[in-house]
Amino acid sequence: MTEQKNWVEEALAEHENQIDQRHFSKVAPGEREALVLERIDRARRARARVKEERITLAHGSGGKATHTLIEAIFLDAFRNPLLEPMEDAARLTMAGGRIALTTDSYVVSPLFFPGGDIGDLAINGTVNDLAVSGATPMYLSAGFILEEGFPVADLQRVVASMRAAADAAGVQVVTGDTKVVQRGKADGCYINTAGVGVVPDGLDLGVANAKPGDAVLVSGPIGDHGVTVMLARGELDIDTDLTSDTAAVNGLVADLLAAVPGGVRAMRDATRGGVATILNEVAKAANVSVVVAEDDIPVRAEVRGASELLGIDPLYVACEGRIVAIVDGTAADAALDAMHRNPLGREAAIVGRIADDPPGIVLLRTAFGGTRIVDMLVGDPLPRIC
Amino acid sequence: MCLGIPGEVIEILADKPDLARVDVSGVRRAINIGLLGDDKPKPGEWVLIHVGFALSKIDEAEAKAALDFLESIGQAYADEIDALRESLIE
Amino acid sequence: MRFVDEFRDADTAHALAAKIAGLCEPGRQYKFMEVCGGHTHTIYKHGLEDYLPETITLVHGPGCPVCVIPMGRVDDAMALASAPDVIMTSFGDMMRVPGSKGSFFDAKANGVDIRMVYSPLDSLKIARQNPDKRVVFMAIGFETTAPSTAMTVLRAAQEGIENFSIFCNHVTIVPAIKAILDSPDLRLDGFLGPGHVSTVIGCRPYEFISRDYGKPVVVAGFEPLDILQSIYLLMVQLHEGRAEIENQYSRVVPWNGNLVALKAINETMELRPYFEWRGLGFISHSALRVREKYARFDAEELFQVPGVRVADPKACQCGEVLKGVLKPWECKVFGTACTPETPIGTCMVSPEGACAAYYNFGRFTRQRVKEATAR
Repeated sequence: MTEQKNWVEEALAEHENQIDQRHFSKVAPGEREALVLERIDRARRARARVKEERITLAHGSGGKATHTLIEAIFLDAFRNPLLEPMEDAARLTMAGGRIALTTDSYVVSPLFFPGGDIGDLAINGTVNDLAVSGATPMYLSAGFILEEGFPVADLQRVVASMRAAADAAGVQVVTGDTKVVQRGKADGCYINTAGVGVVPDGLDLGVANAKPGDAVLVSGPIGDHGVTVMLARGELDIDTDLTSDTAAVNGLVADLLAAVPGGVRAMRDATRGGVATILNEVAKAANVSVVVAEDDIPVRAEVRGASELLGIDPLYVACEGRIVAIVDGTAADAALDAMHRNPLGREAAIVGRIADDPPGIVLLRTAFGGTRIVDMLVGDPLPRIC
Repeated sequence: MCLGIPGEVIEILADKPDLARVDVSGVRRAINIGLLGDDKPKPGEWVLIHVGFALSKIDEAEAKAALDFLESIGQAYADEIDALRESLIE
Repeated sequence: MRFVDEFRDADTAHALAAKIAGLCEPGRQYKFMEVCGGHTHTIYKHGLEDYLPETITLVHGPGCPVCVIPMGRVDDAMALASAPDVIMTSFGDMMRVPGSKGSFFDAKANGVDIRMVYSPLDSLKIARQNPDKRVVFMAIGFETTAPSTAMTVLRAAQEGIENFSIFCNHVTIVPAIKAILDSPDLRLDGFLGPGHVSTVIGCRPYEFISRDYGKPVVVAGFEPLDILQSIYLLMVQLHEGRAEIENQYSRVVPWNGNLVALKAINETMELRPYFEWRGLGFISHSALRVREKYARFDAEELFQVPGVRVADPKACQCGEVLKGVLKPWECKVFGTACTPETPIGTCMVSPEGACAAYYNFGRFTRQRVKEATAR
């Protein structure tokens, strides 16, 4: 806990230096609160630092800890202009053209769940990361880490799913790798993929492009996948008819881009960390405010029910076949139309807009009319009990 | 305090009289109804669920009374606003 | 969702807000305390303070049972979890509460077998499925949750399960309320009574508040309209010069409580002579422990717990926040060293803690937020 003591002392010192210098006690109450909020802002913008000595599950949840880890360890070590935008895929210029390159690993448990399996996720997830980057997905690699004792029949099932998903998405798996580790070391099967696609000239999507006045759209009801998988683990004894929303969205994306040429600023695949994480990434990257209305966000009744039961917020729950799109305000209706005409976008909705103040913050107007801040996810969704 | 959610009782499990299957917005789960004692809930009745147990039945009459009160406030307010609006039109 | 959506109607909220404002005496400040983490959460989540006039302040009391657990007890729980062949089971909220050597979450990363459960019955199930392990359930919560723990212990006894025990940290709300009322730091005008605790203990235990201290209490539900209506009822009482106990949450709370639940608690547990509450110090007869008759289910009997009292880190001002004396942002380390990601104290860990609620929901000046979300 020495780490903790150190930054506690640091904060106290900072408090003494800055606040006392501003005669904290002589400042009017309303202003005092503002000073503290300023302090928080500064702390949030400070350089990322990993304070833990060991990796915890929080580092994998897609929320604050994940982002801190990526910034402080990976970005810090590999830093280069191609990596820095940290979008869902990297855009590279090679041999006269532009390609997008992405990589993903799949460690879902259980491997088989209502609506799909790890194979579906592996193909669809990778295809989707390429698609939202503006690329036409073309080729994938698939690396398998198999656990000693894993049933071959299960492997065949997974691979069959991958073949079907690849065909549906119009991509091919062109290279792969296989490793086997001892019993107990891989939870059955882990899959790693990489994907490449071609990016048309002139298409430069990125969340940093978001501007005040832009509209925020989601392509369908959120949280289906995460809740399905959580319930499929069987520990919670809850039944629903929910299925995972895993799907390849490259067709939907192509329709969207065709319908509003030049009008799409950015798209993201809403996976770990959920829609809330993406909205925060937009707010931070473009230094804008994202304002969404709770009433407008599509959530299935069962997802809402299960979330209430477990004390989690659907905004933070993973999807595997939904996109968030930031489009020019004037193109919002056309964009929505285009999504509705695609089978995967029937329930798409405009959920909010981009504003200029307060920058870097995501605000939610509740169904009730109040407002709250939607921060980046902390930890792993904890069921709130008492 | 704590997470207490209203759920509708679907069935009492025949082989486990302490348990009932409830539905919360399309999500179904078995919960323990032991804390309701002899006042066992019937299918269609609503209970308050907390950490896997039913703590209390939701009294529909009281719920209706509460809602009626709230509606009356809403209506009175709406009436007032209407009246205010009308008087401004002149 | 039935019994939820109807109590969230925005127009009715405006109507109630207008009525509340209408009852405010000019020049008078009103302070109401709620002693229930669920209320804190709802108030912030729905931005209810936006509906109240500036002269009404809602103060958050020690209503979060996770928040009041002192560091020493967390350390004890960690010691239990680390004992050989133990599977520790706990509600989600406890996972990130910091002890002096880290939290359950940290211990899990170090290989300790700690599992999150939704219900104490899930913990019993794990005990049945793992006969060669000793399963311990971290029992926390006010009187809302104690009956469920009690029923689980009775179940375990009935089934003759021998590898299940609880680490009992159940606390009772009334002594905490009395401690607040006796504290010179606060001048309160009334209380929003804890809705779900009252489902178990009923409304009678609060009678001393109006009788001996002259303050009104309205037992409140958890939907936004429940809370606004309860505040309205408090204002009416003050306006009419009354100090009584009222039950706004009558659709769920029986005036006399739940006898079956109280019997279950009484059969398996008894009051400790005293118990330490984070920030409030030692309060007598404010917590429960397992009765001797069920000692085989008492983790404190079966295992050695260090039982060392650990002082909060110097920077931590959870105590004052829990008493409602400090607002979250007035704490020296709020938002900088102490954040939901790196919590120093419990108020920031539990989603129902005042600090976490404020950090996540209430952090901006109302004006700025109103402007940003104006339609």
